Amino acid sequence: MMTTTLPVMMPAMAEIFLAAAGMALLMYGVFTQRDGQSEGTAWGTIVAMLVAAGLVIIYGGPVAGEPAFYGQFATGHFTQFAKVLILVGAAVAVWMSVRYMRAESSNRFEFPVLVLFATIGMLVMVSANDLIALYMGIELQSLSLYVIASIRRDSLRATEAGLKYFVLGAVSSGMLLYACSLIYGFSGTTQFAGLATVLTGEATPLGLIVGLVFLISGLAFKISAVPFHMWTPDVYEGAPTPVTALFAVAPKIAAVCLILRTMMGPFGGLIADWQQVITLISIASMVLGAIAAIQQTNLKRLMAYSSIGHMGFALVGVAAGNQAGAQAVLIYMAIYLFMNVGTFAVILSMRKEGRYVENIADLAGLNKSHPLMALAMLIFMFSMAGIPPLAGFFSKWYVFFAAIEAGLFGLAVIGVLASVVGAFYYIRIIKVMYFDEAEAPLDSKISREMRIIMGFTAVVSLLFFILPAPVVDQAAAAAQTLFTN
Amino acid sequence: MLEIGLGHYLTVAAILFTLGIVGIFINRKNVIVILMSVELMLLAVNINLVAFSSFLNDLAGQIFAMFVLTVAAAEAAIGLAILVVYFRNRDSIAVEDINMMKG
Repeated sequence: MMTTTLPVMMPAMAEIFLAAAGMALLMYGVFTQRDGQSEGTAWGTIVAMLVAAGLVIIYGGPVAGEPAFYGQFATGHFTQFAKVLILVGAAVAVWMSVRYMRAESSNRFEFPVLVLFATIGMLVMVSANDLIALYMGIELQSLSLYVIASIRRDSLRATEAGLKYFVLGAVSSGMLLYACSLIYGFSGTTQFAGLATVLTGEATPLGLIVGLVFLISGLAFKISAVPFHMWTPDVYEGAPTPVTALFAVAPKIAAVCLILRTMMGPFGGLIADWQQVITLISIASMVLGAIAAIQQTNLKRLMAYSSIGHMGFALVGVAAGNQAGAQAVLIYMAIYLFMNVGTFAVILSMRKEGRYVENIADLAGLNKSHPLMALAMLIFMFSMAGIPPLAGFFSKWYVFFAAIEAGLFGLAVIGVLASVVGAFYYIRIIKVMYFDEAEAPLDSKISREMRIIMGFTAVVSLLFFILPAPVVDQAAAAAQTLFTN
Repeated sequence: MLEIGLGHYLTVAAILFTLGIVGIFINRKNVIVILMSVELMLLAVNINLVAFSSFLNDLAGQIFAMFVLTVAAAEAAIGLAILVVYFRNRDSIAVEDINMMKG
């Protein structure tokens, strides 16, 4: 008779807790929340995410011996770092959504719960140590995000955004799966540990190279890197603004960390093959992100191109393929989280006569009506443009330094040039805020949570250079775990 | 007598997968056709997985195929749901009508 033992589960405590909390919140919402009331589930979701972040820190550390679930679920400093970023980003996005959803009378209790399920998917992505776990994580995330994008089901723009996101997302999942099947077939295993021993870079079968290229394409879609970026501007513009804020941070961080882990881990031996592909994608994203954003008039569309550009910069660190590169990418994602959350808090505070507005022209005269908000936006824009001594400068500095260390001088030079071109449209926003005359000023009342978020993220972006050690040291420890096994 | 080997299965799967992708990108008529093409891509992957699994004498591929089937069902359900919601707002699901936002 076969005896079965339970797999090691403790390292996945945060995910298990979140899944149980999601189901409990769903029941709570069904039985107690009337239409147009979702505050209860929203606060429950935020608390669950923060508890999960604590569980990640306590239980999600490195384990001795085989990873959890028979090697399917890797944990360590790297996954801890990424998961805390993801959980914080998702929790802040839900926090920002509460008032917006009430004002737009589209607050359904399913929304926070769907964000919770998407977050579980992201956590599984980051920890995936097997192609099957990777696929399941990505799909759990994507399927929830498709619904979240069209959560305002009476809005034509939101449903169109959801439809476009779904169709292109399904294609990318198909490519990713085809890649998984080829990799499995030509290497004989789906486990990352097994792949790392099979893929040494010598006499690699053609099928594996094809699989690798398909895999990068599928993952590039998830981080909206060029040439798989077509969905991004439309989805960012069409989705409700708090949803856009979520899309801009949590799934991007998860997918970038997943790319980092798969490329450095199981495919580390094939660096000669994937480095040129990643370099190409990175250059295309940086250049398109910088140029296409110039003519935008809608702030959310502009943020879409801005995030495409930022993903290009993050991929510079991936292309470097060394420990400094991995550390740089993690620092980049941490700073990116703060800058983006702050910018979206500003966008969510832009109201005229009680209605939300989102055009760049609406920011005109902001310095006169809201000097502090204009100052915060100034800090975010200068930081994103990469002007020292703001945080955004250091994030770029680390990735370019890693690229130079890896001998990718051309990539670093193109990156710096793209960042100079990109500075134009960030500075244009500052010009509109400070020098243009407003026709009608924005509403003066800004909600308390937006003020807290704006203030905190602005201070972090401004003063990062005084105390960079917490982020930089944690990122260094996290990057090291990628290279020690 | 022709022996049917791994290569034949992979070729069929590759053809089906390509048909799926081509169906999505040259289709100018109906979103339902896109959903069917996506389904075709996923099933092509399943042929690949099962063929490899049998060829390698390794069960992981067949387990993977079961997961893909399950997820494909969920994906189709969500896709159709979004499509229904979209139709209510737009009164059309023609591909050329999905043009509120440029891009």
